[in-house]
Amino acid sequence: MSAHDNALDAHGHDHHGHDGHDGHAPSTFRGYMTGFVLAVILTAIPFWLVMAKVFDKSSTTALLVLACASVQIVVHMIYFLHMNARSEGGWTMLALIFTIVLVVIALTGSLWVMFHLDQNMMPMHDMKNLP
Amino acid sequence: MVETSLPYGSGDTGLPERTRAEALRFHELSEVHPQNGTLLGFWLYLMSDCLIFACLFAVYGVLGRRYAGGPTGAELFELPLVALNTTMLLLSSITYGFAVLEMQKDKVRTTLVWLGITGLLGATFIGIELHEFAQLVHEGAGPQRSAFLSSFFTLVGTHGTHVTVGIIWLITLMAQVGQHGLIPENKRRLMCLSMFWHFLDVVWIGVFTFVYLMGVLP
Repeated sequence: MSAHDNALDAHGHDHHGHDGHDGHAPSTFRGYMTGFVLAVILTAIPFWLVMAKVFDKSSTTALLVLACASVQIVVHMIYFLHMNARSEGGWTMLALIFTIVLVVIALTGSLWVMFHLDQNMMPMHDMKNLP
Repeated sequence: MVETSLPYGSGDTGLPERTRAEALRFHELSEVHPQNGTLLGFWLYLMSDCLIFACLFAVYGVLGRRYAGGPTGAELFELPLVALNTTMLLLSSITYGFAVLEMQKDKVRTTLVWLGITGLLGATFIGIELHEFAQLVHEGAGPQRSAFLSSFFTLVGTHGTHVTVGIIWLITLMAQVGQHGLIPENKRRLMCLSMFWHFLDVVWIGVFTFVYLMGVLP
């Protein structure tokens, strides 16, 4: 019972709070600047890695570049889009998780299927020899 | 909070009529939140937009190395130009953030100034991108040259179209704010555009990583 009351309290507070920000965490200068500095660093590193040809193996560079991009996307989500588990009663987070699942299925599924299709279709090059 | 939560929890166990009515009203108030509805709905739109981009990224992932004997990404892409473009979009993100901060302080003039700067940075981004596209087509590397270039123009072009629409929306909102001030409706619209604008920056992270940086790797 008391847990329920607390939840109600929190809910009520969200709506009558003075942030004037519709349930989102209020934006702060500090938050935006933190996000911006992190984003600049995480953009500069991959460009430097590729343009200065730091690593000989391109797979190493590709992995590091992808890692930077993933971290930067999370930074943008938190500091610019103000994502958190509480906004809109958790529905934005739920929608985001669902979308991420779909995106991962679409991307890995396409690449995986098309890669194997490619391999299995290789003999197609001999089609011109057919009558 | 103690006064309101106590009668609500106790239910109908012989409380005075007035207290119960208050408890009921409190309950109804917490159910209705039209403003949140708009922002949540807009977030759902962004998620569906995200799926469109996921499909285009998947297409590029499959076709991105099918050059058909034509030019490759390593030959075509100018990374300094892409870095400049990325800077423009990142700067426009932070200036939009400043506009939101000024909006929270109810300062119409500075909000408009920051929105204007955001729009100019966005327009510079589009200008550089159009310059790049024109150069590619001029070099005979148009979308019809190879599967790689078709998927490249589709993906980057779709992002560019989104940014263009964002700029049009931004100008419309600047006119609205200039005319009506920072009324609740305009604040809500500015928050929606804020999500749209930052979302486009997130998509651009994918574009410059997946298309440009990984495209020039041998």
